Amino acid sequence: MLRLHYNLEKISMGLVAAIIVAASIGGLVEIAPLFTIDETVELPDDLRPHTPLELAGREIYIREGCYACHSQMVRSLADELDRYGPYSLAAESAYDHPMLWGSKRTGPDLARLGGKYSDDWHVAHLIDPRSVVPASIMPSYPWLTRPLDTDLLSDSLATLARLGVPYDQGMIAAVEADALAQSRPDSDVVDGFQERYGEQPAIRAFDGNPSRLTEMDAVVAYLQSLGTLTDAPYRILAEGSQ
Amino acid sequence: MTSTLTVSERHVGLLLSILLALMGFAMAAAARHGVMAVHGFMAVGLGMALAFVLGGALYDPEPSADRLRRYYDAPTRFGIVMTLIWAMIGMGVGVWVAALLYWPEGTPLWPATSFGRLRPVHTTGIIFGFGGNALIATSFHVLQRTSRARLAGSISPWIVLIGFNLFCAWAVTGYLMGSTQSKEYAEAEWYADLWLVVVWVTYFILYIRTLARRAEPHIYVANWYYMAFILVVAMLHIVNNLALPVRWTTAESFPIWSGVQDAMVQWWYGHNAVAFFLTAGFLGMLYYFLPVRSGRPIWSYRLSIVSFWGITFFYIWVGSHHLHYTALPYWAQTLGMTFSVMLLVPSWASAGNAIATLNGAWHKVRDDATLRFMFVAAVFYGLSTFEGSFLAIRPVNSLSHYTDWTVGHVHSGTLGWVAMIVFGAIYTLVPQLNGKTEMASPRAVEWHFWLAVAGTLIYVVSMWNAGITQGLMWRAYDANGALSYSFVQSVEAMAPFYLLRTIGGALFLTGAVVCAWNCRATMRGAAGHATDRPLVAQPAE
Ligand code: HEM
Ligand code: HEM
Repeated sequence: MLRLHYNLEKISMGLVAAIIVAASIGGLVEIAPLFTIDETVELPDDLRPHTPLELAGREIYIREGCYACHSQMVRSLADELDRYGPYSLAAESAYDHPMLWGSKRTGPDLARLGGKYSDDWHVAHLIDPRSVVPASIMPSYPWLTRPLDTDLLSDSLATLARLGVPYDQGMIAAVEADALAQSRPDSDVVDGFQERYGEQPAIRAFDGNPSRLTEMDAVVAYLQSLGTLTDAPYRILAEGSQ
Repeated sequence: MTSTLTVSERHVGLLLSILLALMGFAMAAAARHGVMAVHGFMAVGLGMALAFVLGGALYDPEPSADRLRRYYDAPTRFGIVMTLIWAMIGMGVGVWVAALLYWPEGTPLWPATSFGRLRPVHTTGIIFGFGGNALIATSFHVLQRTSRARLAGSISPWIVLIGFNLFCAWAVTGYLMGSTQSKEYAEAEWYADLWLVVVWVTYFILYIRTLARRAEPHIYVANWYYMAFILVVAMLHIVNNLALPVRWTTAESFPIWSGVQDAMVQWWYGHNAVAFFLTAGFLGMLYYFLPVRSGRPIWSYRLSIVSFWGITFFYIWVGSHHLHYTALPYWAQTLGMTFSVMLLVPSWASAGNAIATLNGAWHKVRDDATLRFMFVAAVFYGLSTFEGSFLAIRPVNSLSHYTDWTVGHVHSGTLGWVAMIVFGAIYTLVPQLNGKTEMASPRAVEWHFWLAVAGTLIYVVSMWNAGITQGLMWRAYDANGALSYSFVQSVEAMAPFYLLRTIGGALFLTGAVVCAWNCRATMRGAAGHATDRPLVAQPAE
């Protein structure tokens, strides 16, 4: 063995090849099987992708680095189930490019956030966290009240569709109207929106003002959607406890 | 820089600078507005500045033919300066974000100075800016000395260094403007990632070509580690960053991976960024500078072989220990845990080999702060790998994951091991490359040493306490079977630890500032060269 290595050390391309081989095996064994997706991720029938407004909110969540302090992955541990809700399933993030599971909880997990607080609470909290949670160390985001830039949205949906997220041509074409519709409950564009995305997504003036489409609308819509894209985690937990 | 190049090399450099400026202009013109346009203009600025410098000195006297009988140290010197600049930026922002967790209002209310945007500036600035420049600069030095040959090229070392720093600058300014892929340690956007591939291929070719010129039959251990660093980082970078841009004219993109596959790819990348960026390359540094400074050969050649291949083979498996109890399939978690524990063997073999090398030189460790930096680095390497293997065990991880214990572990590795070995290498190199026998102020080195040790200990101990407190509070139940603490109570409990961490970090930063000042004083006015020479002269290009 030592002799062999003694000779290997004299051939630079030999070392290069040996390093590549040694460093590839582990990755191949662990990653390749995950792409037999049917076994890894069983997609529930009721799973829906994010709406355009929620997707815009998700991009703002990424832009501001919220994921640096908040995880979106409830582990299968008793205290996490009690604190946050049902543990996270792989299917829930199947349409997430990238996933936002996070690695640090400076703040609490957000995977089950949807519906936990009112829209008003979120708006107040984002503008000044300490106005609603005095001991919070979260930063303030007053600039979220600026208008939402929807310029990239249709290309974003198209790109995601190419990656396998179920957005169809109609959704891509109507993206701006749909973003607007979700924040204007009483407008006439709502029907089209519901035709495309179903009854499940909430339609509200998330920032409290239906006449303006703001970044705040998008972020709050996104936060309210967390954990509501499918019922599967709740069903599985209920079945398990019977 | 220019005085070390021949006239024809300056012409090539000028051409490349103009090409860089044109590329930047094309980027800016295509994007028109937004982050990509700003980045295009940054490239234009850099290309024009380089063109000015080279153009202004185009017909200055050529370097003497004697240069081919010397090592090419100018790139190493530049790399060290960049290392120190990024140390100030990265650690300065580190202290800032640390302070923000204690005092959340201690920042202007602008988007660019918000915690979530500054934090990746810290991690990218310090890992890639500080660590990366240190790795590239020392690799050029070690490669030449252990091969006893001059670098194979006068222009490509500059492409590597300047190109790499452009990548770092694009990355951190991008985050400040809100452009990020959000993948930890791989936040830079797609065109920056592509650019890094170009730089990295140049680096690899330069490395292999110089090795081919070596006057020693054997390739020294340190080079194995540097090669593993170059090769595996390339592999990880490419696979993890595969993404589709939303438009070719914007920075936004979507990674092609999603959900659980994305998580596995991300942590396969993430942990091996630790392994092959923050460990393998720095082990190369350790295997060269520790024996050189202590004047003792590496204790065991056999052990170096075992630990090198152990580290290269085992590390790749461990990424899934970041995903315990998550939606990742159980078998993958178990593999990650098992290999993490096995990884302790080659890790401690390396640390032990380094410490045993110092046997017979302990009096030097006592008297020489530079060697003491390296000794402490080896000790912290041993400590943090032990801690890492422990944290990877599933039940331990159930407590530590998501808490500040991870952050404590990270900084015991990065402050105690990575930064210490870099400082040890810098204090060895700076006098040598400038033809001096010691640093301008040896006392300042001593001061730096104690500031760094104190800072590291305060940081790490406070984060251990913080993390374990958090973990225990989150899982505490009262007598009625309800959770004892709300989340925000655990946040309040962190305040004293966050304050202490900020103080520890400030001490560490102070030490780094002292180091930069000392290096400047040593480099200033120094027209000297390194006095050692290659075995054979490099054939003229
Ligand atoms: C002056 C010294 C330093 C200070 C004050 C400091 C401070 C910090 C802070 C406050 C965080 C964020 C933790 C959180 O989000 O809870 C952090 C994260 C991090 N720092 Fe540092 N840091 C320092 C030096 C370094 C060095 C030298 C390195 C690497 C060479 C480094 C690498 C990292 C990494 C990798 C993370 C991310 C950890 C994770 O995601 O778990 N830091 N640092
Ligand atoms: C035998 C060696 C090591 C093992 C098995 C190991 C294991 C671990 C484990 C289990 C975690 C926590 C994952 C989690 O719960 O999220 C972790 C995090 C981390 N370790 Fe290590 N570690 C080792 C050595 C090191 C060294 C030497 C360094 C630095 C130079 C380092 C840097 C990091 C970083 C940066 C993270 C944070 C990743 C993140 O969450 O962002 N580790 N490591």
